[in-house]
Amino acid sequence: MRKTSILFIAGIVIVLALGFLLPWTVRNPFYFFVGYVVLQYVTIATGWNILGGYAGYINFGAAGFFGAGVYLSAFLFTTFGLPLPLCILAAAVFGAVLGLLMGYLTLRIQGVYFAIATLGLVVVLETIVHNISALGGASGMAVYGPRPPAWSPGPSQYNFTIMLVIAVAAVSLARFVEISWIGRGLRAVRASEDAAECSGVPTLRLKLLACALSGAVLAMAGAPYPFYTSFVEPVTAFSLIIGLNAIAMPLIGGTKSWAGPVLGALLLASVQQIATVTISSELNILFVGLVLIAFVAFAPGGLSDLFGRRQGRAKS
Amino acid sequence: MMKTRREFHKLAAATAAALAAPAFVGSKVFAQDKPIRVGASVSLTGPLASTKNGLIGYELWRDDVNAAGGLLGRKVELVTYDDQSSAANVPAIYSKLVDVDACDVLFSPYGANLSAPVMPFIKQRDLFMIGMFGLAGNDVAKHDKFFHSGPWGPNSGRDWARGFFDLAKGQGVKKIAIINADLEFSKNAAKGGAEVAKEYGMEIVFNQSYPPNTTDFSSMIRNINAGDPEAIFIASYPADSTAIIRGVKEIGISDKVKIFGGAMVGPQYGALLSSLGPELNGLVNSHTFVPEPTMQTPAIKGFFDRYTPIAVKQGVDPLGYYIPPFYYVAGQLAAAAITGSKSVDPAKMAAFLHANSVDTIAGKIAFNEIGDWKERRVLMVQLRGIKGNDLEQFRNPGHQVILDPPSLKTGDLAGPYNKARAS
Amino acid sequence: MISIDILLNAVVTGILLGSVYASLALGLAITFGILHIPNIAHPTLVVAGAFFVYTLSQWGLDPIVAALIGLVPFYILGVALYIFYSRVFERRGGANVLQSLTLFFGLSLVIEILLALGFGSELKSVSVSYIGSSLKLGLLTIPYRLLIPALLGPVMIGAVWLYLSRTNSGTAIRAVAHEERALSIAGLNPASVKRHAFGIATATAVVAGAALIMVGPVEPFAGRFQIGRVFAIVVLAGMGSIPGSLAIAVIIGIAEALVSSYLNPSWSPGVAFAILLLGLALRPQGLFGAAR
Repeated sequence: MRKTSILFIAGIVIVLALGFLLPWTVRNPFYFFVGYVVLQYVTIATGWNILGGYAGYINFGAAGFFGAGVYLSAFLFTTFGLPLPLCILAAAVFGAVLGLLMGYLTLRIQGVYFAIATLGLVVVLETIVHNISALGGASGMAVYGPRPPAWSPGPSQYNFTIMLVIAVAAVSLARFVEISWIGRGLRAVRASEDAAECSGVPTLRLKLLACALSGAVLAMAGAPYPFYTSFVEPVTAFSLIIGLNAIAMPLIGGTKSWAGPVLGALLLASVQQIATVTISSELNILFVGLVLIAFVAFAPGGLSDLFGRRQGRAKS
Repeated sequence: MMKTRREFHKLAAATAAALAAPAFVGSKVFAQDKPIRVGASVSLTGPLASTKNGLIGYELWRDDVNAAGGLLGRKVELVTYDDQSSAANVPAIYSKLVDVDACDVLFSPYGANLSAPVMPFIKQRDLFMIGMFGLAGNDVAKHDKFFHSGPWGPNSGRDWARGFFDLAKGQGVKKIAIINADLEFSKNAAKGGAEVAKEYGMEIVFNQSYPPNTTDFSSMIRNINAGDPEAIFIASYPADSTAIIRGVKEIGISDKVKIFGGAMVGPQYGALLSSLGPELNGLVNSHTFVPEPTMQTPAIKGFFDRYTPIAVKQGVDPLGYYIPPFYYVAGQLAAAAITGSKSVDPAKMAAFLHANSVDTIAGKIAFNEIGDWKERRVLMVQLRGIKGNDLEQFRNPGHQVILDPPSLKTGDLAGPYNKARAS
Repeated sequence: MISIDILLNAVVTGILLGSVYASLALGLAITFGILHIPNIAHPTLVVAGAFFVYTLSQWGLDPIVAALIGLVPFYILGVALYIFYSRVFERRGGANVLQSLTLFFGLSLVIEILLALGFGSELKSVSVSYIGSSLKLGLLTIPYRLLIPALLGPVMIGAVWLYLSRTNSGTAIRAVAHEERALSIAGLNPASVKRHAFGIATATAVVAGAALIMVGPVEPFAGRFQIGRVFAIVVLAGMGSIPGSLAIAVIIGIAEALVSSYLNPSWSPGVAFAILLLGLALRPQGLFGAAR
């Protein structure tokens, strides 16, 4: 365990260093626009997996949490001029509260009801945003982002670095949850809720904790979005593709460990970014849908499981 | 588990390398004989896919320019991507157009919602852009190198549908009802409309917005009837336009209503004109071009003669009166700026358009300092004498009579609505 | 602005809309309520049914006739879906609820995209002679566009309910989720009973689709807006209670109509979900017993 932890920390340091250095070495801003989207999905997939992968509770409403983060940060920035890091923090707190609320309403019953309720979360939040004129309603609101600080060459590079830091924080959190007592408890919940409850695992409290953490990460992923597009409106903030990718990426990468969602997100988001400038969006979603079905049906462990199995076989 | 992680670190390293690699490819090369590149994002899929017939306008313009030898002796190349009607895709697309494809001229995506994400980008990078149908698109950014191809006119957020209220005022309307879809374009229209109505001393007896997927308007129409208005201003999108017109037929409306319509998106498109047919009679609605004698010129007729066969082949709107001509206009504006200033330098091109008016297939256009048309030229047309569901009748004058602006007027308002509807 | 005719008309519109919602939820009441398969693709299947009806109506068929023709292909589609579903999960020894949710989620997306590719993403509607006129009864004005689909709902629900409660194969369906072993002893194959039930549930989607497209135009992604309503109906009615679902559907319909008449139509999309969330929060014990 110790050796892998050292490796992990070393990896993080390298990735962070790259995040601050790349903007000065890579001249073309386009790659930072694309990189931002990929990292956003790394964060979303990681956040979703804390609840969906470790505890086995499916959240169809990732877009709801994401959109909540988008709107909170846009609102705080335009009304109070809060600096970006505080917006991100506020979004995380708000996401956690939202997650707790959802969990409190539905987790005492069964996983199915939680999943159904999350389907509704997006519709309810979207309806609320539509009816609040301070948030711009359906016409959306323009957000003119802050000037990037001196350590970053431009706004797209700055957004990229911020998103990278968020993604790294999310992945570290996921890894911490995974290897700590929380992860052990959640895995017990996932295996058999009744058995876990009987052997003294505080299942409800664990699930609520996972809900809160997952919600916080998902909302955090949305917080820099207003500054990326300079404009927020409900349809894209609560977009279907976010909810879909949040589920598809971890399932494709593998839900058991933190590396799965990261792998799935890097793969799928890169493919989608290339596809945006080449093929039509409908085929794009169709592709994700089919891949999702294929993985659920034939490879429920995801890519990391397939990898592991192949290597295990080669060894023996 | 261990293996997976090690694999992952390797993968991370590979990704970082891949991200770094394009640094060497990204450098641009300029040469005089290289084609002039015009970049645009078009909504080929998603909710705004019905605007994709605009692309035909771009393509016809490109072909015309190249057939005439290009601009400044250079060929014109059109680079387009599908934004999937989603604002989330717009920043990366325009960065690609500018930073990778090295486009000289940009056309904005369709409408204000999709254009908003690119405004800060072009302002900060100081780029030249023609705006496509984005109402009040430059009112916040106030970028001096942005020009509208659409005829919204100055102060368009409030004023673009003013023609409807001028007509209502002419009829002595005192009480008005306003309803709108809860979407950007409609919401702006309704908000501006309410201000203009107040300015004209009208009482707003009913003012409500409804969500985008509403299909049943019976309760809303009853509520409107309860307010007893003399004019009804509606800002809607295609699906709800149909539902509202059907709902009025089902529930009925007071004989006092003199003028009905205003800012309904849909009755400009062939699909709705043919599906609703005679049910549209009497409606007063905004438009950008109709084949009335005051607007028809050989140039624009020539455009539609070439547009229609292509549209039929692609399965898009065979009439194409609303959007496509202004996509061609966008090209003409860019061409005028380039040839007029003899360069593709954004500042010189913009200076030319600010200083000169340009002849286009939609008439002469002059711009104010934030790129609005100096003169608003949104039409208010009344649909009349529609028989059956044949689309060809709309190519003839007399079915879409221009009531406003006065300079293009081809007829007077027929009313009240119930009478005009029955005729 | 509160006047008796607006109130009366709102309530009647609500009842009619509720009846349409009930036919949308019927298939789910069978798959989720009775078989405990969380088929979140059902609203999308209803939309697919609407497009089927649309296609036939282009050739001049009445939507109701088109729906009756559609019963057979949709029954077969349902059987095929169930075979795929059970193959996938039986290999793993029983269905994991969460994986089946994901499977149906993916499935609904694929259906939506195929519809969008085949028909385009614009709204489609049917035109029939009775659409556009209304029945006038004193203060009431009832559009036939709502009235006819609303009558269709109770007829179909009644037929399915009679089948489930009065026939042997219907009883077998109601028993299969709880007493699989007893069925086997009685000489019935549980797998084929479930297949049959899934087929019936999917066949109801085409009738519901006809109702949906008569009420208003339909686009490929319209199912998303119905998911909340249909789950609220099935869950709050008490899992598997089909007459109960009609009652709950009408309550939701009235609530939405009143909200859009007196508050603002822009709040009405959230009504069904708010009712569902409240229901889940306030009486989980009632749901506890019913859910397995």
